[in-house]
Amino acid sequence: MNESQAGPSPTGPEPVADRVLEQEDMMEFDVLVDVRLRGGIADPAGATIERALPALGFDGVTGVSVGKTVRFTIAAADVGEATTLAEDLCASFLTNPVIEDASVSVSPVGGSA
Amino acid sequence: MAKTVGVVVFPGTNCEMDAVFAVERMGGEGRLLWHADDDIGGVDAVIVPGGFAHGDYLRPGAIARFSPMMGAVAGFAADGGPVLGICNGFQVLTEAGLLPGALQKNSGLKFLCQPTVLRVETSASILTGRVPVGTELSVPINHFEGNYTCDDETLARLRDEDRIVLRYVDNPNGSVDDIAGVCNEGRNVVGLMPHPERACDELLGSADGAVLIGSLLDAA
Repeated sequence: MNESQAGPSPTGPEPVADRVLEQEDMMEFDVLVDVRLRGGIADPAGATIERALPALGFDGVTGVSVGKTVRFTIAAADVGEATTLAEDLCASFLTNPVIEDASVSVSPVGGSA
Repeated sequence: MAKTVGVVVFPGTNCEMDAVFAVERMGGEGRLLWHADDDIGGVDAVIVPGGFAHGDYLRPGAIARFSPMMGAVAGFAADGGPVLGICNGFQVLTEAGLLPGALQKNSGLKFLCQPTVLRVETSASILTGRVPVGTELSVPINHFEGNYTCDDETLARLRDEDRIVLRYVDNPNGSVDDIAGVCNEGRNVVGLMPHPERACDELLGSADGAVLIGSLLDAA
């Protein structure tokens, strides 16, 4: 049943959440996922906004695209593990790789890193 | 004995009774399958019907594929059981990885609710066994995200393997290669955006969908 094209697995993602949380070694990280439609994928919201802008007096605005952001907090030992977990979550659930791309930003909660 | 067709119901599904009506109109027995259960209960075929499963939150079908019932449906499909996804059900099957590609927003940027003419491109599927290639059928569409897309390699495979089941005669939504419906490698999982279950009686404007639902019962 499996299709060769990159896409969600028929059996669902590997259970990345099944790890044991050892609280004393854990930090919390803020994660921001920016989901964008891939080039060539229909973006009616972006097209509609772009068409409306001249009527509002905003000329010269092009390339409008509308995506979505997903924010959450994740517990991990370090920024590397948090990033890996967030990217796994992104690839297996938050995006459909056939039509969407995403970038993941991770920073310690309350930190400046 | 009548063949039994399970119709999966998620929160937000709204075409389940249309599907049951069509199945019973064609002599089968429809049985609703709640998404949170994990047993298809010995049915002979499964329909994943239209609607807005889990509110279409995140993406159409994205959350529905994690429902326990979808694990059972995937197992049934892997054993060769006939599975038909209609509209939102097609979106669910692509998200679940049971069919290739994805459904993006219509190219005309409008929600479309209208009759369409479909051309049957293969008789070798659980949806078209009764229908000669080239037959044109009037079946309605009712969707915003029905614009089928896939990468070039997948499209070439679908063509080479005769897996494009239905094409639009007059493409309403921008779907690549006019694709209205595709099947998996085993030809036992089919997804389409149009609604054959809403075209099973002349009172509904067309009875052309009856032969498709009848084909599904043959395969069951």
